Amino acid sequence: MADTAIETAPPAAQFDPEMVRQITKPPLVTNNRDFHWVTEKVSGIVEMKTPMWWWIAFFPAAVLAGCCIGGFVYLISTGVGVWGQNSPVMWAWDITNFVFWIGIGHAGTLISAILFLTRQKWRTSINRAAEAMTLFAVICAGLYPGLHVGRLWMAWYLVPVGNANAIWQNFRSPLLWDVFAVGTYFTVSVIFWYVGLIPDLATLRDRATNSVKRFAYGLFALGWRGGNRQWRNYEKAYLILAGISTPLVLSVHTIVSFDFATSIVPGWHTTIFPPYFVAGAIFGGFAMVLTLMLPARHLLGLQDLITKKHVDVMAKIILLTGSIVGYAYIMEFFIAWYSQNPFEQWAFLRNRISAPFTKWMFDVPDAPYWWAYWAMMSCNVISPQIFWSKRARANLWIVFAVCMCVNAGMWFERFVIIVTSIANDFLPGSWGMYSPTWVDIITFTGSFGLFLSLFLLFCRFLPMIAMSEVKGVLPAADPHFHPPGHDAPGGGDHSTGLGGGVRMTTPAPSTGH
Amino acid sequence: MSDTLTVTNPAGTSAVAAVQRTFGIAAEFSSAADLYHAAEKCRDHGFKKWDVHTPFPIHGMDEAMGLGNSKVSLIALSAACTGTVLALMLEFIPSIWLYPLVVHGKPLNFFTVPAFFPVIFEFTVLCCAFGCLFGMLALNRLPRWNHPLFNWERFGKFSDDAFFLSIEADDPKFQETRTKDFLEGIGAKNITLIYE
Repeated sequence: MADTAIETAPPAAQFDPEMVRQITKPPLVTNNRDFHWVTEKVSGIVEMKTPMWWWIAFFPAAVLAGCCIGGFVYLISTGVGVWGQNSPVMWAWDITNFVFWIGIGHAGTLISAILFLTRQKWRTSINRAAEAMTLFAVICAGLYPGLHVGRLWMAWYLVPVGNANAIWQNFRSPLLWDVFAVGTYFTVSVIFWYVGLIPDLATLRDRATNSVKRFAYGLFALGWRGGNRQWRNYEKAYLILAGISTPLVLSVHTIVSFDFATSIVPGWHTTIFPPYFVAGAIFGGFAMVLTLMLPARHLLGLQDLITKKHVDVMAKIILLTGSIVGYAYIMEFFIAWYSQNPFEQWAFLRNRISAPFTKWMFDVPDAPYWWAYWAMMSCNVISPQIFWSKRARANLWIVFAVCMCVNAGMWFERFVIIVTSIANDFLPGSWGMYSPTWVDIITFTGSFGLFLSLFLLFCRFLPMIAMSEVKGVLPAADPHFHPPGHDAPGGGDHSTGLGGGVRMTTPAPSTGH
Repeated sequence: MSDTLTVTNPAGTSAVAAVQRTFGIAAEFSSAADLYHAAEKCRDHGFKKWDVHTPFPIHGMDEAMGLGNSKVSLIALSAACTGTVLALMLEFIPSIWLYPLVVHGKPLNFFTVPAFFPVIFEFTVLCCAFGCLFGMLALNRLPRWNHPLFNWERFGKFSDDAFFLSIEADDPKFQETRTKDFLEGIGAKNITLIYE
């Protein structure tokens, strides 16, 4: 990895090159790539012949997506009873899957909006793919509550429009808030994603080799000309979109958590839910971003754009949010004890926690769902702790393994919250265990196929890295940057922002990776 | 550096060129830094109808071109306010007037407003996002799929790695030869006359 070399010019001999190297951050794009390389690399993915691995990945994903659609067709034509939920567990895998997928989407918005506002320039090479992931995850999420209503043809009752019965929605219900939150989230994510895509679609238009491509990309590029009179409006719009997406993404999972927190069910009725859900969403989302990006980075040769630094930073975010989630798990349990509410204590100890290996601590019978609770605990709280080690964060296999644990753990978290709380609540006479049917299983596993198929199609037809943004963070994009051997006006004293005489030099780009 | 004036003329005859309306002159600069300094000189020279075309937004170019703040924020703000008002009406008209429904034992009057906040917030954000998108497109006069600049065969490189500057013929200071000389003087390359 060739770092940007720093030279000290004669008048500033007091700058020790080693010191300058230490205070200079590693480059966002390694190997000193230029603008044209970025264009070629990213557009090349779209323009190349479809590689064999793409078909190998796409075919099973599409089959799985087909199973998902088949399961839903069977469900709609037969009735929602083909799913396993029944009294007392009326919300089961469907709502678990909904919360799971919607949470995954949150990392995309965090990367594109919150990291934009906080000027984290490293986001530029992952934001496009992460935003696409957001959209596909929200599509998967939206299927479940839509079908959970049972009679799908009545789903329009969710929308406040006048109807023959003169019935209106209850605007004070969290379930209706959800309709607005998820609907807005999806729409705003599409807008944000599309606005980001416009300049890159123009690149693909200008490079198109046949008229079909030129027409298709040109249509969606809207005639973009890259004029600064356009960029200034564009940048302002992008900034505002980032600004409104930030509270939006926090509100969406907050409102999802209200579905539970505003009820009186022990295990759901908790004020810690909104921040806990948001942290969990970001946690699970980053794991999914890495799950997709690590193979994509390798298969598409994007090592110079998605560098080890990116992986390292994302692993740190997983560690942080995972620890917040762990704190929330423990705090819930503490409050159950501290409140001395017997129902709350029951929900935690007797429904979730007490396991064969906790006998030494709590002398109570095993909880019916202890395996789910402890799967969640070990995947979400214990496994990310390995990221305290820098070596673990640098080992992509370890990172990938932890991400897979987190993906599984976050699904278990929602299962634990939803199913265990209502399986055994106030009345022992109405207790019951939940078990999924085959329709539950194919509609859940099939959603991964749907998600992956959409993501693979995205990689094939759209620029998966925001070219214009990556070019904007290259050193040569700085209007005060001057290449070596080129005397900058004013004595070159503003090349690095380090003061007199320090000048950045860029060796010629190497051809390999 | 090219010092000849290339004429873009698809028909290939000068007679046709004479009746074609001139859109303006476009030129190329070798780097973001060069374009930045060229823009400062264009601004100081007093041009009004001109633009720079770059693969990415260049930091500080608004000042270099002497442009003020973008109006997108105003449009977004008004769209957001519209959203708030619409959401208030959407919630209160049915909940208080058309279909009063007592739930959670809450009163029907305005004091239950916290329960109405989530929808108000979401709808405000939704309208603001639409305001941003359509405001940005309207201010940029997009979509416009055809533009004289696309007649220049080099122009497609703006979305790759080229830095262009274009001065429109409608600019009060525009004079074909003088503007060309000016661009040459500030270090432009591939100075080209663009026809509509």
